[in-house]
Amino acid sequence: MSISIDLEKCNGCGMCSRSCPYQAFEIANRKARWIEDRCTLCGACLQSCKFEALTGRMPVREAPDFGDYRDIWVFVEQHGGVFHRSACELLGCARGLADDLGQRVVAAVAGSGVGETVHDLIRHGADRCVVVDHPALAYYQTCTYAHVLTELIRRHKPAILLIAATNLGRDLAPRVARKARVGLTADCTRLAIDPEEKILMQTRPAFGGNIMATIASRYARPQTATVRPGIMKALEPDPTRVGEIHPELIDMAECREFTNVLECVISEEKGADLTAAKIIVAGGRPVCSERGMAVLNEFAEAVGGQVACTRVVVEEGFLPQRQQVGQTGQTVRPEIYFACGISGAIQHRAGMEGSRYIVAINKDPDAPIFEVADYAVVGDLFEILPALSRAVKQQ
Amino acid sequence: MNIVVLVKQVPNTSEVRIDPKTGNLIREGVESIINPEDRHALEAALQIKDKFGGTVIVLSMGPPQAIEAICEALAMGADRGILLTDRAFAGADTWATSTTLGLALKRIGEFDLILAGRQAIDGDTAQIGPQVAEYLGIPQLTYVRKLGIREGTVIAERALEDGCEHIEAPLPVLITCLASLNEPRYPTVAGILQAVSNRSPIEIWNAVDIGAKAHDVGLLGSLTEVVRTFTPKEARNTTFLDGSPAAVASQLIDLFRQRDIRLGE
Repeated sequence: MSISIDLEKCNGCGMCSRSCPYQAFEIANRKARWIEDRCTLCGACLQSCKFEALTGRMPVREAPDFGDYRDIWVFVEQHGGVFHRSACELLGCARGLADDLGQRVVAAVAGSGVGETVHDLIRHGADRCVVVDHPALAYYQTCTYAHVLTELIRRHKPAILLIAATNLGRDLAPRVARKARVGLTADCTRLAIDPEEKILMQTRPAFGGNIMATIASRYARPQTATVRPGIMKALEPDPTRVGEIHPELIDMAECREFTNVLECVISEEKGADLTAAKIIVAGGRPVCSERGMAVLNEFAEAVGGQVACTRVVVEEGFLPQRQQVGQTGQTVRPEIYFACGISGAIQHRAGMEGSRYIVAINKDPDAPIFEVADYAVVGDLFEILPALSRAVKQQ
Repeated sequence: MNIVVLVKQVPNTSEVRIDPKTGNLIREGVESIINPEDRHALEAALQIKDKFGGTVIVLSMGPPQAIEAICEALAMGADRGILLTDRAFAGADTWATSTTLGLALKRIGEFDLILAGRQAIDGDTAQIGPQVAEYLGIPQLTYVRKLGIREGTVIAERALEDGCEHIEAPLPVLITCLASLNEPRYPTVAGILQAVSNRSPIEIWNAVDIGAKAHDVGLLGSLTEVVRTFTPKEARNTTFLDGSPAAVASQLIDLFRQRDIRLGE
């Protein structure tokens, strides 16, 4: 990979110098000189020489042969032996991909005293569980966990690695991807195997959900993606499934952990887990008042639903961030989603479009929320919701 | 204290609209802004400088017009700005972007603290911070909403999904900031004038300046590639319910009952 100049043919015309964005050519005594330090090997000069004095070979990019990379790996997030709800979703998704490729699903668990619960991962679709159990893994710390996962990748050569796009996963995955020298696609909402190339097609929202982009990682393995929680479907647990539990030893002495966790505070008022809710009653800007919250809460209670909201309601301080649905909040897919006074910005829709039924109540007949609604009510939520609450109680 | 703040100029995505005919993004008339969380990172840097002294360098990779973002950062109080701009940087994924920023940080050389927003509103990946930290071999603290410094140690509060953690890390460290960390200050007129003056402390670096080869950065240096983009489509048949609130209510209850869903049970 270099540029060479045939000084017999060079007449010092300077075309190469003019074509170079980096001043990597010098003309002296009617001859061009290539300054290697200033060259980025971009190739802009190659076509410029009219006297065929300039030759160079640019690196050609080819996807290496990844034949020895196999299996779909899922990094299982767990806290104190309890698996994060995303684990089963990821296993369900991985199961589909593995069946398409004729490969296995492998669940990777890191923790301390993880115990018997790993059998649950087999029941939810894993063929194999690789368990790294070590006291240093009792609490999540970036560099320690990144060391473990990178080491597992190096030893086992997975074709695909999926990590939940939780706060933890989004802290860990980029660190691992950089360490393992692989590409990483963030926050995927759809994953599929390309039927011809047999590679992972990773689809994710961009520009605040305004467009979707499908991304491929052709140049490195494993093809690594974080997956948005609440989107993929978990499989029904199958108690008859069998699989292999494989304890794995990893030397922690090789890893430098810089940080020290002083305290971990788990919020007391844990509130409702929106992602598990069957019915969600969500409010937008009009509920930003005491009366608005009362109407919303009363209706949620009447239908046995959980209260959720758009970003503005959080910003106005009426509900905590964990009750926010949308691109920067939770993704939910309840049986019924009541969108009350929600205009339906794409950022919000990104978090609730997967709901089975969507009921939208809004004064503005042109509100974009109606585009995704099954049932639309053009009206004032302060009239509609109390009427609905009454009717539900009376039936 | 030498602090580098990573900033990105982004289109204000809340204004982005889709052309209903072509499905393409309409970028015309969409203002470019400093990525919102990056402003909070800059504010954190300025507060630390106010307290402990030192310099604040803003570092950005982008097209030439991204210099606007650097000017604004200088007007808020940053001491120096560096814009990484080069055709070779275009089309970079987070791997190639973190390589580029990492090389630039190595050229900057001395830093105690690198601050960045948690994520940019155009890509929402949240990957650059951790990937730059890994490139440099320094620790990272992400999702930070409270920050203090004591005797060469950073103590931060990180937001978890269901709570928070208090964590300490030695310097140098890379920190990604949430909006709840602080309230960014406004640019000053004097700052704006200095940023655009002849003595403007803005430098522009290209691939050669950071010692990058074309195939290490930009599209050529990326490990992922966009295969296609499309507009999300929703296919639902919307039924509008008319009548008085009470009539609408009973229609809804009946509609769900037909689907074997009994509201309120």
